[in-house]
Amino acid sequence: MTYLAKPRLHHPTLAKNRVGYTRRDYEGKISTLCAGCGHDSISAAIIQACWELDIEPHRVAKLSGIGCSSKTPDYFLGNSHGFNTVHGRMPSVLTGANLANRELIYLGVSGDGDSASIGLGQFAHVLRRGVNMTYIVENNGVYGLTKGQFSATADKGSKSKRGLANNDTPIDLASLALVMGATYIGRSFSGDKAQLVPLIRGAIAHQGAAVIDVVSPCIAFNNHSGSTKSYDYVREHNEAVNRLDFFPQREEITTEYGEGEVIDVRQHDGSILRLRKLHAEYDPSDRVRAMAYVQEHAARGEVVTGLLYVDNEACDLHQQINTVEHALNTLSAAELCPGSAVLEKINASLR
Amino acid sequence: MQKIEAINDFVIKFANINGSGSASANELVARAILRMGVPVSPRNIFPSNIQGLPTWFEVRVTERGYLGRRGGVDMMVAMNAQTWDQDVREIETGGYLFYDSSRPLPRSRSRDDIHVIGMPLTELCNNTYSDPRQRQLFKNILYVGALAHLLDIDPSEIEKLFGQQFKGKEKLLDSNIQALNVGRDYAREHLKPIGLKVERRDKVGDHIFVDGNTAAALGCVYGGATVCAWYPITPSSSVAEAFIRYAQKLRIDPETGKQRCAVVQAEDELASIGMVIGAGWNGARAFTATSGPGISLMSEFIGLAFFAEIPAVLINVQRGGPSTGMPTRTQQSDILACAYASHGDTRHVLLFPEDPYECFEMSAQALDLAERLQTPVFVMSDLDIGMNQRLCRPFAWDDSVEYDRGKVMTHDALDAGADFGRYLDVDGDGVTYRTYPGTHPTKGGYFTRGTTKNAYAAYSEAGPDYVENMQRLLRKFETAKSLVPLPVLTAARYPARFAVIFYGSTSPAMHEALDALAEHGIYLNALRVRAFPFQNEIADFIASHSKVFVFEQNMDGQLTTLLINEAGVEPHSLVTVVHYDGTPITARFITQEIADRVAHLNVHPIKEDRVA
Repeated sequence: MTYLAKPRLHHPTLAKNRVGYTRRDYEGKISTLCAGCGHDSISAAIIQACWELDIEPHRVAKLSGIGCSSKTPDYFLGNSHGFNTVHGRMPSVLTGANLANRELIYLGVSGDGDSASIGLGQFAHVLRRGVNMTYIVENNGVYGLTKGQFSATADKGSKSKRGLANNDTPIDLASLALVMGATYIGRSFSGDKAQLVPLIRGAIAHQGAAVIDVVSPCIAFNNHSGSTKSYDYVREHNEAVNRLDFFPQREEITTEYGEGEVIDVRQHDGSILRLRKLHAEYDPSDRVRAMAYVQEHAARGEVVTGLLYVDNEACDLHQQINTVEHALNTLSAAELCPGSAVLEKINASLR
Repeated sequence: MQKIEAINDFVIKFANINGSGSASANELVARAILRMGVPVSPRNIFPSNIQGLPTWFEVRVTERGYLGRRGGVDMMVAMNAQTWDQDVREIETGGYLFYDSSRPLPRSRSRDDIHVIGMPLTELCNNTYSDPRQRQLFKNILYVGALAHLLDIDPSEIEKLFGQQFKGKEKLLDSNIQALNVGRDYAREHLKPIGLKVERRDKVGDHIFVDGNTAAALGCVYGGATVCAWYPITPSSSVAEAFIRYAQKLRIDPETGKQRCAVVQAEDELASIGMVIGAGWNGARAFTATSGPGISLMSEFIGLAFFAEIPAVLINVQRGGPSTGMPTRTQQSDILACAYASHGDTRHVLLFPEDPYECFEMSAQALDLAERLQTPVFVMSDLDIGMNQRLCRPFAWDDSVEYDRGKVMTHDALDAGADFGRYLDVDGDGVTYRTYPGTHPTKGGYFTRGTTKNAYAAYSEAGPDYVENMQRLLRKFETAKSLVPLPVLTAARYPARFAVIFYGSTSPAMHEALDALAEHGIYLNALRVRAFPFQNEIADFIASHSKVFVFEQNMDGQLTTLLINEAGVEPHSLVTVVHYDGTPITARFITQEIADRVAHLNVHPIKEDRVA
């Protein structure tokens, strides 16, 4: 990390997006994470994705739990409201925030300890409910902030920095997300920005529960040989099933591909997810097959990445519980309070 | 033999087996008496079970409007062999035992000082009905018919109630009326008259008959709650269920048919309070309903809401604790757990409703207070109020009053150059301005976290920033004193040295006890505490009496502890009297305890004008 303050002045020639912001307007405070931390690359990918999507930064609410990953929302989208909640419970707070105002974009940022260990229950239930959000897990297999204990995503047999082997079966959050009904599931690697940025863009455009499990090496406590979450290990075992290109509704698609090489998925908002197949037989619309595929490769020690599953007919919690289109936090007393005349009728019915 | 004689003032208790359909039959008796203009106060004493365990239904008939438990039973309707002995024991001397005489009653299992009324209910039922379920259900209606005759309850009132209950189901209506008449006819022909009677009066007035949980839910509808997140737990579940029911009628956008609120049944109490906090952070009025174990689970989050200063309303329908405790029994035993919920130095606002009317009023008020003070607010109901139907004042709402949304910095104020510091005390009352997420493109955004922050919500672990924040929170709590409901004084007819303090569901029994004591020349001033933090009036009241009895429905005297800790009260001036067996406190218990203690304090009432 650096102690130098970021200059506030932007160079006048910096490119602006359609809503008039430069990429730097999407930055936040200077990261206090270790130099080389994978999480900082993810923050950069979030910044890039939001800038490219022409999102007004203040229309994003970023929520996190506790841990190194959960500190990161301070380091991007500095003009957005952020909420560093309690350990493992960000999903419920995000759910409540989303209920209050469905018009904002909700970004949940969490880690493997936060989501797979203490917060496994809330992780599962927020997906079941179909909360419209982008949930990014910055997955490094260890507790960084408490100095290197294993988390629940650490692979069985992987070694800690002190040489201890992990005996417990790992939790694969992407597989769990498939089981729990998430409608957009990606996995990526913090070191592969070309893959990660479009995945985040697609997730934000997705109108349902979107999860991206991002393997993000911990430079301080989990980047040694014997670790299965190190930069070297992940690079060697990364099996990308597809390459995603994200096209917002307004953009014309010009690139041509041969038949059978791409899959186009049109999302509810009109955006198109164009998937260039890297594994010919992989079909990201087949949830059951996706589960088997991910597990088969995991058994061989391979980390399957890319867009693993998308349901383009996804609907969200608000649709399921049939709430009004406006944000609930904007409803006036006239719309909420039935008034004294109705109360008198209720009184009469209780006599 | 002595015979209890009473008109419109007695206690009748039904001993049944749960799941046998008895609750609705017993409620019928209560409602019919109510329709005759005589106040009643029924209490359901039920097991944590669906079918087969003992359950009781106690009906206080009270022309004078005493709605608390009196204590003692004048007539027992003993329909449960499992609890026969204890039920028979409970009857007052000269009282009545009504039982199913289809099987002979061994003499040794009765008492000589009570009047035994046998009626062959099973036999009558078996002769009238062939279907086993009907035999069971109509047995209940048969005894209702017999009681209607014995107590002089107007059968037409019961028939009217049937008419409402079975509207559109004429077959059921007819068979119920038939069963009622079989019971009445038998009683008229075979049973001797008894000394307990109901006479028509006009004492109910415009009062309504409703349970506290329904009232609290309606209060949340009126108070503008748009998010309800909850997890089922006895005795609070019916708050959320009633909210859902009311919302389906009262919160529908007429144009789209969509709902103007969101209800989520969470996976646990951790999630339900998390959702409430998320919604409160984002500017929606949100509440949860729970009971003791839920509060324990929510504690970490409650601390976050306290420090991050997020409005949240928790309706705590208290039950017996600790641990799983007694889910279907009542207590006031979460006072300290809620006042200081969470780790670190926390203090929370508590409201103490006495009845369904106040459950309605205080739930709506809690939503205002939570936003005004940007903090969790607890409505401390309990099972006795929450799950029993109680006669109370009709709900009232002033249409001219706006919701108090608290200090919210707007887009325009930010544009006008307001100095926005999320935790900056610009008004000196400890309450700071907040912004809703999404308010302004470049101003007013902030990062919410627990303790490590300065007045501008920037990350800080500096001691002075921490201390400044804590001191401001104390100022805020001081401000809360001026906003929460004031205590209610019931002054004695004559100057009194002694006083009582009580709160919540103790109220109706206390008022009856105070009257009973006054009849015996013992006069006390009484103060009903309605909120924490305590106003100065409470300390002044205590200071102006030589002894103050604090009545509580918990073992440890939790409110007493809170008074000593927080109101600067001299501990020796307080005498805690507790009732914590899980049943609602009774007027007779209070009367006896006070009479004994006053006697011990060597005060002998001689003349009416120089008394305790």
